[in-house]
Amino acid sequence: MERADDIEALIAERLFSFPTRHFLSAAGLSRPDAESLLDLADAFVGLNRRPEKKVGLLRGRTLVNLFFEASTRTQSSFELAGKRLGADTVNMSPRTSSMTKGETLIDTAMTLNAMRPDLLIVRHSASGAAELLARKVSCSVINAGDGGHEHPTQALLDALTLRRAFGSVGGLTVAICGDVLHSRVARSNVALLQLLGASVRLIAPPTLLPAGARDWGVEVFHDLRSGLGGVDVVMMLRLQLERMDGAFVPSMREYFRYWGLDQEKLAFARPGVRVMHPGPMNRGVEIDSVVADDPAVSLIQEQVEMGVAARMAVLAALSARLDNA
Amino acid sequence: MTTRPLAILGARLVDPASGYDGPGSVVVAEGVIAEVRRGPDIPGLSPDITAVDAAGALLIPGLVDLRVKTGEPGAEPKETFKSASRAAAAGGVTTLVVQPDTNPAIDDPAMVDFVLRRARDIEGVHVYPAGAATRKCEGARMAEIGLMHDAGAVYFTDVDTPIGDSRVFRRLLTYARTFNALVAHRPADPHLTAGACATEGALAGRLGLSGVPAVAERIMLERDLALAELTGAQLLVDQITTQDALEALARAKARGVKATASASINHLRFNEVDIGDYRTFYRLDPPLRAEADRQALIEALASGLVEVVVSAHTPAPAEDKRLPFSEAAPGAVGLETLLPALLAFYHEGRMPLVDLIRAVTSAPADLLGLPAGKIARGAPADLVLCDLNAPVRIDADRLFSKSKNSPFDGRTLQGRVRVTLVDGREVYRAP
Repeated sequence: MERADDIEALIAERLFSFPTRHFLSAAGLSRPDAESLLDLADAFVGLNRRPEKKVGLLRGRTLVNLFFEASTRTQSSFELAGKRLGADTVNMSPRTSSMTKGETLIDTAMTLNAMRPDLLIVRHSASGAAELLARKVSCSVINAGDGGHEHPTQALLDALTLRRAFGSVGGLTVAICGDVLHSRVARSNVALLQLLGASVRLIAPPTLLPAGARDWGVEVFHDLRSGLGGVDVVMMLRLQLERMDGAFVPSMREYFRYWGLDQEKLAFARPGVRVMHPGPMNRGVEIDSVVADDPAVSLIQEQVEMGVAARMAVLAALSARLDNA
Repeated sequence: MTTRPLAILGARLVDPASGYDGPGSVVVAEGVIAEVRRGPDIPGLSPDITAVDAAGALLIPGLVDLRVKTGEPGAEPKETFKSASRAAAAGGVTTLVVQPDTNPAIDDPAMVDFVLRRARDIEGVHVYPAGAATRKCEGARMAEIGLMHDAGAVYFTDVDTPIGDSRVFRRLLTYARTFNALVAHRPADPHLTAGACATEGALAGRLGLSGVPAVAERIMLERDLALAELTGAQLLVDQITTQDALEALARAKARGVKATASASINHLRFNEVDIGDYRTFYRLDPPLRAEADRQALIEALASGLVEVVVSAHTPAPAEDKRLPFSEAAPGAVGLETLLPALLAFYHEGRMPLVDLIRAVTSAPADLLGLPAGKIARGAPADLVLCDLNAPVRIDADRLFSKSKNSPFDGRTLQGRVRVTLVDGREVYRAP
């Protein structure tokens, strides 16, 4: 176990100033910045495992969680990340019933901006919402999920999880399986995994793949067994239940039969394969509980832990930039 | 009140109706063109006539724009007939056809009359209404096509709402034929289009925007053309955008189907990549297409397969555009930029000037049977004098339109309107 001041020294050594004011997409990252964020996040893992988890990097800063879509784990992960760095954190979940979502977005953004926060974490159901908001406010904006576009901190925490499990992301073959069409997690992961040198496969029924997916530099499979052949990592995606009622696939049981991950299908992957899921899981729909709960295979709990560290790294790197501004 | 006759001398006169492009001079008197001479001046001009020297500037018929939305009635803060008329005059558009999907809809003869009277009162450019094809543009029950036609509606359309029910559309075409009324339809399969805000493809997929496959246009167009053939009716294909649909149109026209297609200037100038940073000024309906589709559209315009170009002027105020892309209102204003944006194809060497000008003057005027769109003795003196080569920087805030949603904002175009005349009246003069 590292000594307390060793960890803080390591964090200080790895702290760097992020090149842009906002953190909006994985596709916009450069490889050195991605690696630097992962190094920094790795140091925060050490911090998060000791009893005293707080450092003062964000002391005096205000972090606002602005979640237009309900979220438990991402919101609490950002809240913990902010608190452990010493920021004052506020959670807001604007109700969208009386106004259109868009009006609420800009109006709320302008109102919040007037309160002079330093970091604004936003989740919204529309693609491009974080980018739009970033153009309207003077603080740093972090995209915590915009529609079907990106969820870059999820990709960062996934990469951190993989790096710690395998030593390096480069050279891995990663299969992303399930509802790619609606998934921002998939888009961010494709971008970041490719940036870090992994080769990526998409496995999904054709109705759940975006039209241009073959142009993303990935291999596309519709059959889970053949798609899993030789992969090191399986990332399962969540499939919303209403999409399985004949709209995109005929039924839940048919989906599980062909695209649900169980031990039998997982056996087609490389020995030592690890399984990930961004949560929350639909057990028995996209993933069998035996697989999800097997500590020798599943990285799902690890992902949640890495989430806090990865978000601390993003917050710290963005606020380091604020200091220099 | 009679004004002194006016002579415009020494212009480069382009009259697509006669195919003429060369030196020319005209005399305007009593609101009509009194004399046209294909030469730099008019010998023996009476001293009562005010003569102006165009010094080689381009003289063309005023533009006829078949597809203009205002907010009147029902959404006047977006655009009124008056503000649209000022924008049109500044853009060299002297005749515009307003769309019937207003609130209330232009779906009965009283509403047609309302538009015509309001338009007369503002004393701007000519404004004609298109009538709704079905009541409230809902696609279910036929509107009063005969009565509206007699009241002055120039064609019939449900504007942006596709008529999905083939039986309704068939009856509409059959019935409209009785009155020689023109039916317009924008081809889009309503189910494939539902909820989409971009053209399906690699870019929309990466941006996480729900896309409509380009083929949704061809699917509906094939139906429309088949029904036009079955009924013998005349069809205006509103804003064709895709290569597939153009091929379908060419096949049908070769079979003798009476179809005329329009293209919007936006789809001629922009492609899907322009939506890149979720720029909502490029959120259009139909959505911007692939570059191959755009090139096919330009070729179709050059070959005459597509005969009409429209501005598809669709005002949307900032509060409807400053939204996430999927939630933003579709459409762009275009009255003031139509002419210079179109002239780019001349400056790029893609099309002869006379053919380009035809698509926005005599072609749409002839389609609707309007007297405008030509420079001929006795025609209305709707004229535009334009500096063909002068650069114009588009600054959305300085547009006359009440809404500033121009995709050309910040761009520099070439071709500056100097003077616009409507019935011999000066409605615009560049500062």
